[in-house]
Amino acid sequence: MNPAPAPSGGRPAVELDRAGSPPATVLLRRARLLDPRAGLDGAADMLIRDGRVAELGEDLAAPEGAEVVDAEGLHALPAFVDPHVHLRTPGREDEEDIDSGTRAAAAGGFCAILAQPNTLPVVDSAPVLRSLRERARVEARIPTGFLAAITVGQRGEELTEMAELAEAGAVAFTDDGMPVRSAGVMRQALQYQRLAGRLLALHEEDPALSGNGVMHEGDVSALLGVAGIPSVSESTMVARDCALAGYEEGRIHIQHVSARETVEAIAGAKAAGIQVTCEATPHHLLLTDEDVRELDTNMKMNPPLRAPVDREALIEALRSGLIDFIATDHAPHAREEKEQPFEHAPLGVTGLETAFAALHTGLVLPGLIDLGLLVERMTAGGEPFGLLTPSLAPGSAANVSLVDLDAEWEVGEAGYESRSENCAFAGRRLTGRVRMTIADGAVAYRERSFALGAVV
Amino acid sequence: MRRHLLTVDDLSREDIERILGRAESFAEVSGREIKKVPTLRGRTVINLFYEASTRTQSSFELAAKRLSADLVTVKASGSAVEKGESLKDTVQTLSAYDPAVIVIRTPDAGAAGLVARWTRASVINAGDGKHEHPTQALLDLYTLRRRVGSLEGLGVWIVGDVLHSRVARSNVLAFTRMGCQVTVCGPPTLIPRGIESLGCEVRYTLDELPGADVVYALRMQRERMQGSFVPSLREYAARYQIDGRRLGPNQLLMHPGPVNRGVELSAEVIDSPQALITEQVESGVVVRMAVLYELLAGRGAPSGARSSLESEPQPA
Repeated sequence: MNPAPAPSGGRPAVELDRAGSPPATVLLRRARLLDPRAGLDGAADMLIRDGRVAELGEDLAAPEGAEVVDAEGLHALPAFVDPHVHLRTPGREDEEDIDSGTRAAAAGGFCAILAQPNTLPVVDSAPVLRSLRERARVEARIPTGFLAAITVGQRGEELTEMAELAEAGAVAFTDDGMPVRSAGVMRQALQYQRLAGRLLALHEEDPALSGNGVMHEGDVSALLGVAGIPSVSESTMVARDCALAGYEEGRIHIQHVSARETVEAIAGAKAAGIQVTCEATPHHLLLTDEDVRELDTNMKMNPPLRAPVDREALIEALRSGLIDFIATDHAPHAREEKEQPFEHAPLGVTGLETAFAALHTGLVLPGLIDLGLLVERMTAGGEPFGLLTPSLAPGSAANVSLVDLDAEWEVGEAGYESRSENCAFAGRRLTGRVRMTIADGAVAYRERSFALGAVV
Repeated sequence: MRRHLLTVDDLSREDIERILGRAESFAEVSGREIKKVPTLRGRTVINLFYEASTRTQSSFELAAKRLSADLVTVKASGSAVEKGESLKDTVQTLSAYDPAVIVIRTPDAGAAGLVARWTRASVINAGDGKHEHPTQALLDLYTLRRRVGSLEGLGVWIVGDVLHSRVARSNVLAFTRMGCQVTVCGPPTLIPRGIESLGCEVRYTLDELPGADVVYALRMQRERMQGSFVPSLREYAARYQIDGRRLGPNQLLMHPGPVNRGVELSAEVIDSPQALITEQVESGVVVRMAVLYELLAGRGAPSGARSSLESEPQPA
């Protein structure tokens, strides 16, 4: 994907990596085009030539060699961007690798993802980052970027060589999975951001408040007798880091917001002019601690599913734009690790393949948000990281997700592209199915049952 | 009643009444010189204990034996569990012996529910982490009902470390279901947020304790002292210990055992006539016989199993 013009001078351009793939020439016949940012909402033909959106219009002629897709009844959306994915590589390739993770992303309609650095070893040095980028240039089905750690080994003690890492292509920095516990270290990272120039993406949680908690602290945890993680574990750290970012005039991004109190803290910080963005996951927008009653380990993640009142606050914040975009926090885990008693099971759920369908089913169909808003929030994830937002406007690189909004399917019925199956929506019936994904000008995914159009 | 007993929530008031009634009839058997009945002859009960237990384990063993079942007790120490075998593999291995019942005690909430998914046997939760201990709640109901007749409208105070207590959770549900008014009381650090949603009141002092009919003291685990949940055992005892001054002459005292003498209870009340603690232990066997019967031969059992037992002599 092309780098965005740098918002402030001097910051090196962000680059993503992917395996070489021929630029597509595809004619989408009579697709319903929907791209609120580009002001598009209506049926038309869309011609993609040599990987770029060439023309929109009626009865376009197919150039020689073009694949013609009958898209009647399907929606062509700008493809989605997910800046919060765990590819488990290096170290846990049994759970996910770059090939399977990017295949899962493409199957979910994504055209770009950013991988988190909490791997084995942690991505905290330029050599590890360079080797990952090299693999991505062989394996990645869609453009993939890598974040590096804020602190060495994500131990929260010393800063990584952030300037060198940024030069080596780190898209941003995060200790995701762990908070930066020390306010002093967090402050240094913000100071050093003036040199390294990349966004700090923060997993917010106070370990002293989370304790040995494994789910949201509330009525359900009281009933189940499992230790809870209180909402204030997240919101107090968010308040701290917003204050630090304001003081150091740094830029931070709050990952996976889960609690109403956090939404309020971010609203206050944004109103005060602090440079903060935030994301929410499909599972926090759709599920609550009520879904944990059966102690299904596919409902265990960090931050935990919160109370219905928190979910309502997230939906409202998504609507208002306080939550800038949706990110999946796709976190694959091996089956034998999830097949344990709840308190022992690892934290995290997969979500790339279900994000759009789950949100379409759970938020758009019941009328909580409209489809255009969902498209905006699923495509905006690259913006704070300096990536271009996908667009259907002529001249743009082709990043298109072709979806059937009426298709019903059961999650997991035909397996997963991901190597792991710990999906929070496993077994649920969803409405809306990605049929084809074009990422950075190349066809990255085609649903098996989706008939190939005739090649002229 | 369902095929398994995983939580008190699985039981309706009618289910509970029936089990308690069945336990009464087994109490007669326990009074005989030969304490055995042939009800579960030829069927296998596996006790799978991942945690140390005296009362629960021995009473489940006696219950199974008095019903003439074949019994195997597997403890985590000395088994393949020590070699790193997962719960799933252990359960599938034991299930290959075709047990009628697996009784499981584990330190992990929800583990009994998992076991139920992995076996064809009926599963009895004998304590899963801090979640539930439904047979304890049943034996407590049984013990109290024997002493007072009806449970309807009784005021029950559950005092102590509610946060870490599976007994507290099961008993709040069970006493409430039987029509009691339940209050939980303890230091604010040991009362879980949201516990009122189970249908109980919350108090942080014993000021209103005189209004209770029954005082149910919980075990104060010494290891909890490390998390600074309470500043000291001394302060805890000063505020929450049930002693001769606090326990009124018309109040009954219960405790799931084992007791920390001098911490949650003073010696004088343990040995007082108001204490039901020994009766609770006695009740353990007959109530667990009743639960085994209920799952295997009673209404919860598959129909084929029941009919084959109907000709056998029953204690009732």
